Amino acid sequence: MGTINQPRPVLDVSRTPTVVFGHRSVIWWGQFGLMLIEGTMFAIFIATYFFLRTRDTDWPPGFSLPALKWGTINLSILILSAIPNQWLKKKSEEGQLGAVRIGLIAMSLIAIVNCAIRALEFPSLNCVWDGNAYGSATWTLIGFHTFHLVTDMLDTVILTLVMFFTPIEGRRFEDVSVNSVYWYFIILTWIATYLVIYWAPRWL
Amino acid sequence: MTPLEQSGTATAVETSRLEKLERIWRDPSGFWGWFTHVNHRSIGKRYMVTAFAFFLAGGVLAALMRIQLARPENHFLSPDLYNQIFTVHGSTMMFLFAVPMMFEALAVYLVPLMVGNRNICFPRLNAYSYYVYLVGGLLLYSGLFTNTGPDVGWFAYVPLSGPDFTPGKRADIWAQMITFTELSALAVAVEVVITAFKMRAPGMSLNRIPIFVWGMVIVAFMVIFAMPAVMLSSTMLLMDRTVNTHFFNQAEGGDPILYQHLFWFFGHPEVYIIFIPGTAIVSTIISTFSRRRIFGYTAILLAMVATAFVGFGLWVHHMFATGLPQMGQSFFTAASLMVVIATGTQVFCWLVTLWTGKVILKPPMLFALAFFFVFIMGGLTGVLMASVPVDLQIHDTFFIVAHFHYVLIGGAVFPLFGALYYWMPKITGRLLNEAAGKWHFWLFFIGFNMTFFPMHILGLRGMPRRVYTYPTSMPWGNLNFLATLGVVLMTAAVLIFIANFFWHLKRGEIAGNNPWGASTLEWATTSPPPVYNFAELPTVNGRDALWDALPNQPIVEGLEEDCRQVLMTKVMDADPDCRHEFPGPSPVPILAAIATSIFFISTIFTAKLFFPTIILVGITLLIWYWPKRQPSLRRKEREIWEQ
Repeated sequence: MGTINQPRPVLDVSRTPTVVFGHRSVIWWGQFGLMLIEGTMFAIFIATYFFLRTRDTDWPPGFSLPALKWGTINLSILILSAIPNQWLKKKSEEGQLGAVRIGLIAMSLIAIVNCAIRALEFPSLNCVWDGNAYGSATWTLIGFHTFHLVTDMLDTVILTLVMFFTPIEGRRFEDVSVNSVYWYFIILTWIATYLVIYWAPRWL
Repeated sequence: MTPLEQSGTATAVETSRLEKLERIWRDPSGFWGWFTHVNHRSIGKRYMVTAFAFFLAGGVLAALMRIQLARPENHFLSPDLYNQIFTVHGSTMMFLFAVPMMFEALAVYLVPLMVGNRNICFPRLNAYSYYVYLVGGLLLYSGLFTNTGPDVGWFAYVPLSGPDFTPGKRADIWAQMITFTELSALAVAVEVVITAFKMRAPGMSLNRIPIFVWGMVIVAFMVIFAMPAVMLSSTMLLMDRTVNTHFFNQAEGGDPILYQHLFWFFGHPEVYIIFIPGTAIVSTIISTFSRRRIFGYTAILLAMVATAFVGFGLWVHHMFATGLPQMGQSFFTAASLMVVIATGTQVFCWLVTLWTGKVILKPPMLFALAFFFVFIMGGLTGVLMASVPVDLQIHDTFFIVAHFHYVLIGGAVFPLFGALYYWMPKITGRLLNEAAGKWHFWLFFIGFNMTFFPMHILGLRGMPRRVYTYPTSMPWGNLNFLATLGVVLMTAAVLIFIANFFWHLKRGEIAGNNPWGASTLEWATTSPPPVYNFAELPTVNGRDALWDALPNQPIVEGLEEDCRQVLMTKVMDADPDCRHEFPGPSPVPILAAIATSIFFISTIFTAKLFFPTIILVGITLLIWYWPKRQPSLRRKEREIWEQ
């Protein structure tokens, strides 16, 4: 339609792909936006922790140091989980349904183990949230990470169910790939959170 | 008519194709259908109407305060009600009007049209963001109407807002209103960034994006980095109040100054989140009504980016009176002065555009020019206050009230009215009455200056902010009375605008596609646009899409038209990249918003409901995500994987 009668030249896009990965995918961009927002929250909260550190001469004030065992075990599992995670991401981008199903089951189990160990971490913090500002900051920071960890665990479990019980299309593989990217976010934020919660009181 | 504009005449084949497009892209009508809309213009209009309603509500509260202050020792309002009213007024104007209107409403409605696409990215998230915002606003007002309105100032400083000094639920309502509105702004920010980066018409490379869209992208990034700070600080405040954490409790190692840092790390960028859209509107209007391309496109763009960056390094100038180290204060003074460079660059570019163009004085242009006067006045007093000694002298006086109303009303409300006169023909298909527009403009301009200019003098004469009344012996009575008279003029102006709006719906002149002869893509389609925005998706040949279009500018073809498929383009050059199918109408956004609201509101009252209500949210999100069988099978059949 236009003001002239002869046909308008056209730009034909009918052969462009409908299944894309990485920064070509809309879902990836959405996830990226979410990670920017959540990453900013982690950064600001960690800054808050160190601001509160400057308000006291002792750190931890009035509590004993957090015990390292369970947090460190979780850290090791999370770092090692990058290997199956990367494998799953690759397989999803190749569209290999069988491998993706296996990878998703494995990653779901790993995430469940992480959550279980996380439950053991809370008592080993050796402080309470309503004791003083140190306790409040420690509990809120680890709680914030736990919120993300549990969310991604549920996402992975649900994706596993989806890959078994709903019609498979290319978009689902995009979802799996993006979910793997989010797992890296969980790993990276845990490295930061772990260092702050377990080591800042020892080093500072 | 330029080659890209679309005429109303069509052949039979085209008509049947358009009917099909209409069927695919239309959202259901009727009462229940209303709750399933995902069209960006439908949601954008809701944002506009709701934010404008909150503007009126905030205005009524302002008028009540002005009546109270009109003469000394007045008892029109009780002190407690006065505290609630100034808090709710400030919170409304910042969180329920300024950001939702200047950013969410305008971006959601205009950005997809300006980049030449059929909907905003993540349409259901967009609808969800609206409902969440609406509930947040209603929460604040239900507090006010039940005598539980927040009464701790729009920034709710601790220790006043903490558990010791504000028992009850007033401050909690404020804190959760923040969570609602910031969640909504963050969702829209992500949508706007992706829509502008991935959904532009082919040919609209980064250096051809309209300045208005650039402005919205810059604001979206500011929202992404600034709003988390206030969500955190208000959540920490809520936790201090409900589960006995000690973030701001000095007795247990917390610090009230921490709250101020977090709040202003958001609060200063917030000001720019409100006025960068204003400058983007002014750039657009000035170009159109000077009949020439904007002068210094790149300079304006870089100035906006610079303002955004510097905006994150200024927050401490709100805290000069808290006794921070002098070295830090000097740094923040210098940074505050730097903003002048970026803003000045924009002003000079606009002046050159005006100087070398053929200026047409229609209402949008009048408001844009008033922006110059008012905003620059506010900017000049801002430069004064960046200096620590001056700031200490006028801190917490009416001088500050005058300053930020000049900046915010000048930087946002004047451009907004300009924008409404400018884009209303696109939204409703009819022009607002020009004579009424001029009355609206002059009454508002004179009334505004009458109300707020005297406050500079009141502040210098020592009148503190947030006082409920003042003794007769202070030299403040006459100026306060003058300020209250100004409100009468502003009220009359806004009433004229509202009357004009309802008048124009039936009797306004029919606008046609492009009543102003403007250059951006939203003017290429009919007014109001069809549900699919563009019958033929456009391509772009220059920075001013309509002015630069070739006589036979190509159109996009090859999208599937039996589903809501859209074209995605590459970030840098906007070459066609891939195709993506958007979801149709759906009730899940409102279900998820209801669950989210139950979750947020329950935390005001008890922490025990945290888990049950968050599970409820999770369930609605699961329904949201769970794939539908038929569309999946259809897509599977036709899918093309990337190479």
